[in-house]
Amino acid sequence: MSTLAVHDHGVESHDHDHEHHHHDTFLTKYVFSQDHKMIAKQFLITGITMAFIAMTLSILFRIQLAYPDKTFPLLHTLLGRFAPEGRIDPNFYMSLVTIHGTIMVFFVLTAGLSGTFSNLLIPLQLGARDMASPFLNMLSYWAFFLASVIMLSSFFVQKGPASGGWTIYPPLSALPKAMPGSGEGMTLWLISMVLFVASSLMGGINYVSTVLNMRTKGMDLWKMPLTIWAFFLTAILGVLSFPVLVAGVVLLIFDRSFGTSFYLSEIVVQGQVMPFEGGSPILFEHLFWFLGHPEVYIVIMPALGISSEIISTNSRKPIFGYHAMVYSLIGISVLSFIVWGHHMFVTGMNPFLGGVFMITTLIIAVPSAVKTFNYLATLWRGNIRFTPAMLFAIGLVSFFISGGLTGLFLGNAALDINLHDTYFVVAHFHLVMGSAAIFGMLAGVYHWFPKMFGRLMDEKLGYLHFWLTFIGAYLVFFPMHFMGLDGVPRRYYAFTEFPSMARWLSVNVFITWAAIMSGVAQIAFLFNFVYSIFWGKKTTQNPWGSNTLEWTAPVEHLHGNWPGEIPTVYRWPYDYSKPGHHEDFIPQTVPYSETMSSNLSHDFEDNEAGLEAFKKWQIANPPREEVK
Amino acid sequence: MIMAQIQQEDKLDLAPKKFNMWLFIFTSFMFFAALTSGFIVYSGGSGKGIKIILPHAFMYSTAVIIISSVTLFIASRAAKQLQFEKQRLFLWLTAILGIAFLAIQIYAWVLLVNMKVYLVNSNASQSFIYMFTGMHLLHVIAGLGLLFRALSGSYKNIPQVKNLFRMEFAGIFWHFIDIIWIYLYVFLLLNQY
Repeated sequence: MSTLAVHDHGVESHDHDHEHHHHDTFLTKYVFSQDHKMIAKQFLITGITMAFIAMTLSILFRIQLAYPDKTFPLLHTLLGRFAPEGRIDPNFYMSLVTIHGTIMVFFVLTAGLSGTFSNLLIPLQLGARDMASPFLNMLSYWAFFLASVIMLSSFFVQKGPASGGWTIYPPLSALPKAMPGSGEGMTLWLISMVLFVASSLMGGINYVSTVLNMRTKGMDLWKMPLTIWAFFLTAILGVLSFPVLVAGVVLLIFDRSFGTSFYLSEIVVQGQVMPFEGGSPILFEHLFWFLGHPEVYIVIMPALGISSEIISTNSRKPIFGYHAMVYSLIGISVLSFIVWGHHMFVTGMNPFLGGVFMITTLIIAVPSAVKTFNYLATLWRGNIRFTPAMLFAIGLVSFFISGGLTGLFLGNAALDINLHDTYFVVAHFHLVMGSAAIFGMLAGVYHWFPKMFGRLMDEKLGYLHFWLTFIGAYLVFFPMHFMGLDGVPRRYYAFTEFPSMARWLSVNVFITWAAIMSGVAQIAFLFNFVYSIFWGKKTTQNPWGSNTLEWTAPVEHLHGNWPGEIPTVYRWPYDYSKPGHHEDFIPQTVPYSETMSSNLSHDFEDNEAGLEAFKKWQIANPPREEVK
Repeated sequence: MIMAQIQQEDKLDLAPKKFNMWLFIFTSFMFFAALTSGFIVYSGGSGKGIKIILPHAFMYSTAVIIISSVTLFIASRAAKQLQFEKQRLFLWLTAILGIAFLAIQIYAWVLLVNMKVYLVNSNASQSFIYMFTGMHLLHVIAGLGLLFRALSGSYKNIPQVKNLFRMEFAGIFWHFIDIIWIYLYVFLLLNQY
């Protein structure tokens, strides 16, 4: 085999300072790039753009919720027919909620998060030149980009974007005449999501394949950083669950466009009896939530992996319970496929089946709690460096706990009768997967910004951004729990219309202003991000004193990541503050033979010869009294 | 030297690409698993079954696609033994059988329509027959694409490594399509009443 390659390329001779002879044009370097680092940046910037758009949408509907009867001429100027006389149109309000959810869940926290960090870190932390299939990787980004454009383009069709909620339950999504957003807006939503799923699958297949096939020498699975474990399991979840959504959507498209009755039964629309018969919208819910539930873990697991890495690095301590962390990720992944029914407790599900789903759901609390306790134990007595990335990672832990606790209430089939579809649910998932995941993503951006752009982000602005966002997010979502307990349903347009909800209006005003504050805080991030790309302080190769492989690659990006041979890995990635070593970190590339003073017997578990050499060394260098 | 090394790593590592195909097969499998589970949920919930005897055409198409798997296997073996004429012959045979399968499936649809079993149907169990076969046909068309890619590679005398890679790539997928069809057919047979 190898003779062929030498035949192809080996005859060219090289000066060793010429890494590569590709002549990158602007188009192949920045646009249709097949380099994983560039694709990661493309995903990140598209993701951030989508996040800002979705955030703006949320502020628009928050304004409506706080001031349901007021008119804002400015809104009319900005939104035109969607806000006649300066008051948001009820149908457009539904569109705002729908598209905010869709963009945040799929485009920001799935593609923006996994797409960015899996692409950046999988090859760099595993010691690979690039992804298994760089071409597929490029396609993945461009399918995502196209999906984003199509999703946004639905704001420009006559009747507005899809408005049946991000879960697109039929019949609203299956009958083009059901409501304005069920028309072209819904069609565009479906087209966009088909492209999005294609993108996710191409990305996911690539990630799994790269992790399993392209690790460098010495990098066995148990030496992989937790980030990689998280991305790997996330990709597996995506590969297994997205096809199910495709199946559900294919049937939906047939119902919409060809008149089949998979999801639709006898129904009258605008006084007209529709020809459908005998279908079951519950079927769609099953198919949707079989994806939908793993999807929330697709959202949170990369964030958990990122924060494991950041918390360990910045506590200058090995991650507490590395194996437990991996097994709990695996546990979460497996369980995620057998809990989807908890989204459907009140669809008339057999109470016994509800009980089964309740038990599986509550079991997820176990691995989740293992993870949070491990984070806290890692922080415990650490030599903590409060970088902005570290703050965001700790923020994630905070949100994961406070949002996770309410999951115990919602996972309970009996309590769910009261709580389902209320603001309690909104509060729960915005904390546990919304805020937590976005904090994981922001932590990742702050931490790996030097790796991506070769410069550091400003710390002061980072702190400002963190505190405003952290406090803002709690101020926004915490009061919602109480609204939910009082039975206030989600997605209602004007609280003034319902006497039982009217008293919550003042709380809505409060939440809206908190949301506006956190929204404004993001400008600090945006400015910091853009400014630092061009004018930030130049970084050193390993600014955080980190152990993982990506920091052994030069700051300047090369196609192929490392100029010479790919580094070999000798140890796990969490040797921070190892007693006996002169530095508080030992990169994975340092062999045990170079760190005799800090070695421990259990470092040589499967290495008889090494253990013998170490024993000899210990006899030759008896331990001295510690100097206090 | 470095360059040669990088290139070597880049160019010849076909294993991950093949692995990608296996992963794609998992996604496809999940897709059909979802469709068939959808069928179970629907027919279990509504009490409506397929309630017809499936046309015999499906039996013929099953035979055809099984034979095509055998011919593809022979083509693969011929490629490994450097018998390229034989490889091409059996690849052509496989492709023709694949197209025949496609034609028989469409013919089966015609028979179904004659039996007044339509896609647009108040009994979605019957619509599901079209969904299964239709979605499977999309896979067959993709499989044919891979077969022709292997075929064109063989005519262009691409290096043997790549030739074998394309054969395997097409092979994995084609055998998968075959197995999935058997699964779907057996599933339909078990549920026809």
